[in-house]
Amino acid sequence: MAFAAFSSSKPKGFSKPTKTGKVVIALLAPGLAYLGAFFLTPLFALIMVSLQAPDPMGGFGDYIPAFEINNYFVVVSEYLPQMLRSFGYALSATILALVISYPLAYFIGVKARPYPLLQKLMLTLVIAPFFISFLLRTLAWKQIFSNESWIVTTLQQIGLLESDQYVVGTPFMVIFGLTYNFIPFMTLPLYTSLERLDTRYLEAGADLYASPSRVFRKVTIPLSMPGIISGTLLTFIPIAGDYINASGDFLGSSSTAMIGNVIEANYLQINDYPAASALSVLLMGAILILVAGYVKKSGTEDLL
Amino acid sequence: MAKEFIARGADLELKKIRKEFPGFTAIEELDLHVPAGEFFALLGPSGCGKTTTLRLVAGLESPTTGNIFIGGEDVTETKPHERPVNTVFQSYALFPHMNVLENVAFGLRQRKIDEPLVKAKEALNLVQLAHLADRKPQQLSGGQQQRVALARALVNRPSLLLLDEPLGALDLKLRREMQIELKAIQMEVGLTFLHVTHDQEEAMDMADTVAVMNKGRIEQMGAPEALYDRPKTVFVSKFLGQSNLLVGNVESTSANSISIEIAGNKISVPKARAEKHTGKIAIGFRPEKATFTSKKPTASSSTNIIGPGEIIDIRFTGVSNQYLIEVPGLGNLTVFAQNVGKSPVTELGEKVWISWSVEHSFGLSDLPSTGEVV
Repeated sequence: MAFAAFSSSKPKGFSKPTKTGKVVIALLAPGLAYLGAFFLTPLFALIMVSLQAPDPMGGFGDYIPAFEINNYFVVVSEYLPQMLRSFGYALSATILALVISYPLAYFIGVKARPYPLLQKLMLTLVIAPFFISFLLRTLAWKQIFSNESWIVTTLQQIGLLESDQYVVGTPFMVIFGLTYNFIPFMTLPLYTSLERLDTRYLEAGADLYASPSRVFRKVTIPLSMPGIISGTLLTFIPIAGDYINASGDFLGSSSTAMIGNVIEANYLQINDYPAASALSVLLMGAILILVAGYVKKSGTEDLL
Repeated sequence: MAKEFIARGADLELKKIRKEFPGFTAIEELDLHVPAGEFFALLGPSGCGKTTTLRLVAGLESPTTGNIFIGGEDVTETKPHERPVNTVFQSYALFPHMNVLENVAFGLRQRKIDEPLVKAKEALNLVQLAHLADRKPQQLSGGQQQRVALARALVNRPSLLLLDEPLGALDLKLRREMQIELKAIQMEVGLTFLHVTHDQEEAMDMADTVAVMNKGRIEQMGAPEALYDRPKTVFVSKFLGQSNLLVGNVESTSANSISIEIAGNKISVPKARAEKHTGKIAIGFRPEKATFTSKKPTASSSTNIIGPGEIIDIRFTGVSNQYLIEVPGLGNLTVFAQNVGKSPVTELGEKVWISWSVEHSFGLSDLPSTGEVV
């Protein structure tokens, strides 16, 4: 009613908020300029390069502008296993990180609530690895699981590994490294979500005949869904494009090469820029489709 | 454990319950019996242990010592989800990720009851909210949320329904409406209700039996009328309505009554209405039971008279006038006079005598802390 009174005598100079005014454009301009300069331009350049053809007159690594759509079919047929492997590794590492992070985040965010000091200490410990370059940390793992390390020799002695089997270079090692490196990106969003979890809902669930495990599935998980979604996205997307862990210089070998390693090799070693670009575009498209489907299915807009 | 629908409520019994938290004792020692089908109110100020009692019954806390029986069965060691008890929480605690209907059906689904949605809809009908079944709880008003919380608990037909100040967040008008509605629902479904509240009017209005709690103990328990008519402790006399208290030594004893001498006035109380018959005792009377006159009434053995005093304040409350009368040597006493248009004296500063029937006096078991005479 009060609003109706205002609307009848609307002061002049106020345009409807739904219309884009000059101020809005002015405020948006820096952001749009940034997106244009640093996102759209490289993207456009990338797509252009991905369609280039080898220069018939030039030498090795020379390409001319073209519309060689065939590049895409070539890279897909050639590198499909690495693509699938990337998503397989990314999925495994994301699930592992979620399984490890959820109890950790629950403990810090819910159980440790009465002890704020402990809470802060544990959060610091989660972030602490960031203070050391992740290249160094990954190399450290390589050292720990190196062929001569006591872990590997022990595993060989007790028969879990054959005497000619090693850990470095295996899918296990790569997924382990990926999980390890991206756990904080999972833990922190989960923590933010669980830290706000109102435990009275859990009591209400128990009061309504739900056993602790059912309370967890029916109340805790749905209420922490925003954290689960942002955590899984923050780990899955970078892991799918990661080229450090799977590289032969670190934890992987040629048999564990992910799409990131293929792009790196094509671009830096065999100078096949169109193939590298085409793979990048495909990776981006695949992630976009997967993420869009995932977000739509988990219904983030419906959460709280 | 939680059985099929139970037609009637079960009784609740607490035996020698003690609950300690790190640093303080919430419940000193509690023995309580709530008969089946009764509307029972636990009344007390905040921090008296009443919510802790409720949480103990719900299984959300476990007692340090003592046992809890529901329908004769010892449930002290059972988990909340195994108890035939449902709670209407103070915060309502409606699940924000479910719509109203799913909230109500939650308990039924957990117990794998047939047609949960149909029964949930019926429960929503009972609280007149069926038209909001598809809404999310956060889209509802406080009063509507309260009803959903009630429906969510009632639909399970618990042996015992626990209400944790469920009306505390509502405004006065809505609260009165909900009180009537809640009482009507209780009569209709015949369940045992255990209602925790700090609102004495609410407790007296709705409950069959009221237990007044203070500092982790039950001070007094009984029907609202009995509690009001004959409070036994200073706390109950003050918490449940208002009281004037007079403290003095027992000077004379007759066959049926005892009397104290205070500031030259003899105040009597029937023996049957006094907790203590010797020594220093406190005698009280309710402000609305007393009248005052500008002339000293003729003394009689059935009437207590105090005076003269001076009217120092008059408060008009609509249905009655509240007079504050200062009696030298006694302090201030309150007298309510019904607003029937012929108040005996209405001027400030008038000299008056207060009188009330001996039968309306009550003798308390304890004494007010020093200087506390109202």
